[in-house]
Amino acid sequence: MEVINLKKVGDLITSNSSLMIGGFLGVGTPENIIDEIIRQKKEGLIVIGNDTSFVDKGIGKLIAKRLVKKVITSHIGTNPETQKQMIANECEVELTPQGTLAEKIRAAGVGLGGIFTPTGVGTTVEDGKEVRNIDGINYLFEKPLSADFALLKAKRADFKGNLQYNLTARNFNPIMALAGKTVIVEVEEIVPVGSIDPNNVHTPGVLVDYIVVGGNK
Amino acid sequence: MDNKIKIAKRVAQELKDGDLVNLGIGLPTLVANYIPDGVEVTFQSENGMVGMGRSPEEGYENKDLTNAGGMYTSANPGAMYFDSAFSFALIRGGHLDVTVLGGLQVDEKGHLANWMVPGKKIPGMGGAMDLVTGAKKVIVAMTHTAKGNPKIVKECNLPLTSIRKVDLIVTEMCVIEPTDKGLVLKEIAPGYTIDDVKNNTAADLIIPENVKIMGE
Repeated sequence: MEVINLKKVGDLITSNSSLMIGGFLGVGTPENIIDEIIRQKKEGLIVIGNDTSFVDKGIGKLIAKRLVKKVITSHIGTNPETQKQMIANECEVELTPQGTLAEKIRAAGVGLGGIFTPTGVGTTVEDGKEVRNIDGINYLFEKPLSADFALLKAKRADFKGNLQYNLTARNFNPIMALAGKTVIVEVEEIVPVGSIDPNNVHTPGVLVDYIVVGGNK
Repeated sequence: MDNKIKIAKRVAQELKDGDLVNLGIGLPTLVANYIPDGVEVTFQSENGMVGMGRSPEEGYENKDLTNAGGMYTSANPGAMYFDSAFSFALIRGGHLDVTVLGGLQVDEKGHLANWMVPGKKIPGMGGAMDLVTGAKKVIVAMTHTAKGNPKIVKECNLPLTSIRKVDLIVTEMCVIEPTDKGLVLKEIAPGYTIDDVKNNTAADLIIPENVKIMGE
């Protein structure tokens, strides 16, 4: 684990990378990392996240700046720009049920070859996917989903990279910490090793590659 | 009384003491304001908590404590936070007693469509597909018509949320229970006749001899 500055974070992320970005409507999203990606104008990004937030917040800002060529998400309703670019064929949108999105990411992170879920059976989500009857119930096969980078937000880290999330800002962050090839975490503070009670460490530092202190944004 | 409040009050009557409940954004959120006395329910929120409380008073908001609609919320004593995989383990895994969702259409099979209008409005399904598939009881809370057009139809022409039959439909006009035989009119709101309901419904209704008056 290495503590780096925002510019270095931006340098690491190349155009056309796939990014999984933590957060739920921008809560638990690394805003400063996103601002740096915009500042360095990284383009053609594939973004995986719960939602596309708002035009001026979180993932929404990347969409509004037209840096995203494809987004895999469960909800775009709070960001009219996403729908606009989707209809104009400027940004590909793959809508995935929220629980399925979480499990696809988790599957990648925990070494599973996919999952079978009843969610989406008989709907448009089923299109092109295997349906398997297991003990009388139909399930859809959903493949694992990983990314070049996981961009996460935690309340604090220690110098070993152990992470503690805050309240509902946890959401997709812990599962993405397992599924990104390179894991970069924006934190509000870095504290000495041992000062986070081991009971309260939500993600172990062994999963974290880089920490950047981004302030309370 | 405002139709939405009327619907919310009736839905609240369905909640039982001890239930774990997820309320959708919009009309369903109002249900929390009308829980009957003596009934204590626990609210689950998709973004990762059980024990969600009321909206905080001004000045007590926490940027990291929001509901699934992104609004500031609070935590009741005994609350817990978790990640999205666990949140949907509760939902999909059959641990959620009741989910209350809005609807664009419900049809004679009890199928719900509530996540997109092709070419017009594409918000996405969010957690709705998992909620309808996994919750023990699914209640649709919606106005009976949209701009005068019936929302209860023979067959949904909007994309379905799930092929699981919903358990109850509550509108300002009536309460309908989808069954294997079709849609059964269970209750009718004061001020409406059975013909009013029929005229505003584009599906066949099974009308029992005794249709109760819809309470609050």
